[in-house]
Amino acid sequence: MIRVVKLNKFFGEKQVLKDISIEYQPGKCSLVIGASGSGKTVLLKSLVGLLPIDSGEIWYDDVLFSSLGEKEIKNIRKEIGMLFQGSALFDFASVEENIRFPMDFFTEWSKEEKLERVNFCLKRVNLINVNKLFPNELSGGMQKRVGIARAIALNPKYLFCDEPNSGLDPHTSILIDQLIAEITEEYNITTIVNTHDMNSVMEIGDQVSFIHKGEKVWEGSRNDILTSNSAELNEFVFANNMAKKVKEMMQQAAR
Amino acid sequence: MKNALDILGRYVLLMRKVFTKPDKSSIFWKQFFTDVEKLVLNSIPIVAVISVFIGAVIVIQTASNIESPFIPKMYVGYMARESLVLEFCSTMIALILAGKVGSNISSEIGSMRITEQIDAMEIMGINSANYLILPKISAATIFNPFLMLMSFMIGLLGGAMIIFITGIVTMSQYVDGLHYAFRSYYIFYSMTKMAVFSFIITSISSFYGYYASGGSLGVGSSSTKAIVASSVLILVANLVITHIMLV
Repeated sequence: MIRVVKLNKFFGEKQVLKDISIEYQPGKCSLVIGASGSGKTVLLKSLVGLLPIDSGEIWYDDVLFSSLGEKEIKNIRKEIGMLFQGSALFDFASVEENIRFPMDFFTEWSKEEKLERVNFCLKRVNLINVNKLFPNELSGGMQKRVGIARAIALNPKYLFCDEPNSGLDPHTSILIDQLIAEITEEYNITTIVNTHDMNSVMEIGDQVSFIHKGEKVWEGSRNDILTSNSAELNEFVFANNMAKKVKEMMQQAAR
Repeated sequence: MKNALDILGRYVLLMRKVFTKPDKSSIFWKQFFTDVEKLVLNSIPIVAVISVFIGAVIVIQTASNIESPFIPKMYVGYMARESLVLEFCSTMIALILAGKVGSNISSEIGSMRITEQIDAMEIMGINSANYLILPKISAATIFNPFLMLMSFMIGLLGGAMIIFITGIVTMSQYVDGLHYAFRSYYIFYSMTKMAVFSFIITSISSFYGYYASGGSLGVGSSSTKAIVASSVLILVANLVITHIMLV
């Protein structure tokens, strides 16, 4: 479980996160949604310690993460997997080396054991025979899958995904979403996904938090979104014509 | 002034992160030898070409400037040796390496920064600064002084080659000059300079790459800043080391 209490973050004079309090449960996909520039990525990076926070608390289970020193943070991070918006695969390494990277640093496994784990992770994300390929030889969807494979290489307790669907076609997006949801449930991981893709929300959003101008203005499940009274959330959710149409149809059906 | 102090502070903090015990020594050594190849061995061709031509040019210029019959012709070899060992093979080569190696390092690390590869390492619990930068600094600081020695030898050969082709002085006069009043301390001085310059090039370029921001334009700009800052610091360090070691 990850618990955020009254988190505030400033960039100079500008406050980008205001009194954010959220609880993320294990085995569930918790989604953070909001428009571009609303503070989602800052929240995610603050949660993993890539950005220092100005006030508030971040708890990883019973550990107050936000008060830890560099060494203790490092230990927690060994339990974190993260999928980046652009995949962030290492250019200098093949697919196999990318997934093996954290194993090389933090395990004493033999070469064979590492290879076995690499192949298991690749199989889990439905990729085969790509071990020797380099990131620039993979499609966007394949890169995301390798990113997920690398993120789960050391059986993380916490998984963070920053815009996992950006740049992907709708079909591949759904596959990636399903993969994240399956892995979350299978390994009872606390998963936090940043997205502004409403398809993802409806696909995997067990718990959804809506961030607007740095503030959490709404929280609920994917089923509550369509009937929410929050003006900001409605403006975000029903921004495109298709969504507006759905809303009209829902209202007509309700009458 | 505030900006300069800010840069200095961030540089010191980064170096503190760099100079820590590597997470795994086997991974460090693997990176170290990769960087020896990339930063030192791959620089041999350009250093060799420049050295041979500069050696030849120094010989021609010195020979054509010695008009007085009272100055022995062997001074051509002497001057070539002194110019090469004292200044050219360390300072000039370091300035060239600041362009070649410096831009390579800052753009490589800068690209990793803007594509979040460095963040990915940090999230895994890896000290990215130590993993990426320490092997580069170590490889260049340890092995570039030998590159300087090689440049010195090739420069002298370049001089001999032009004498062989043009006969501007005799080969024995040139060789006599090379032996004349030789001080091995100058070799030590020049190798020390090269070690310091190599540290400056690799650490400054890594610093600018590590803190690159603003997409591909940011990477380009960090490369330029790295080269300019390294070059200026090399010249300042040259003055300071020369004052300390030769005065």
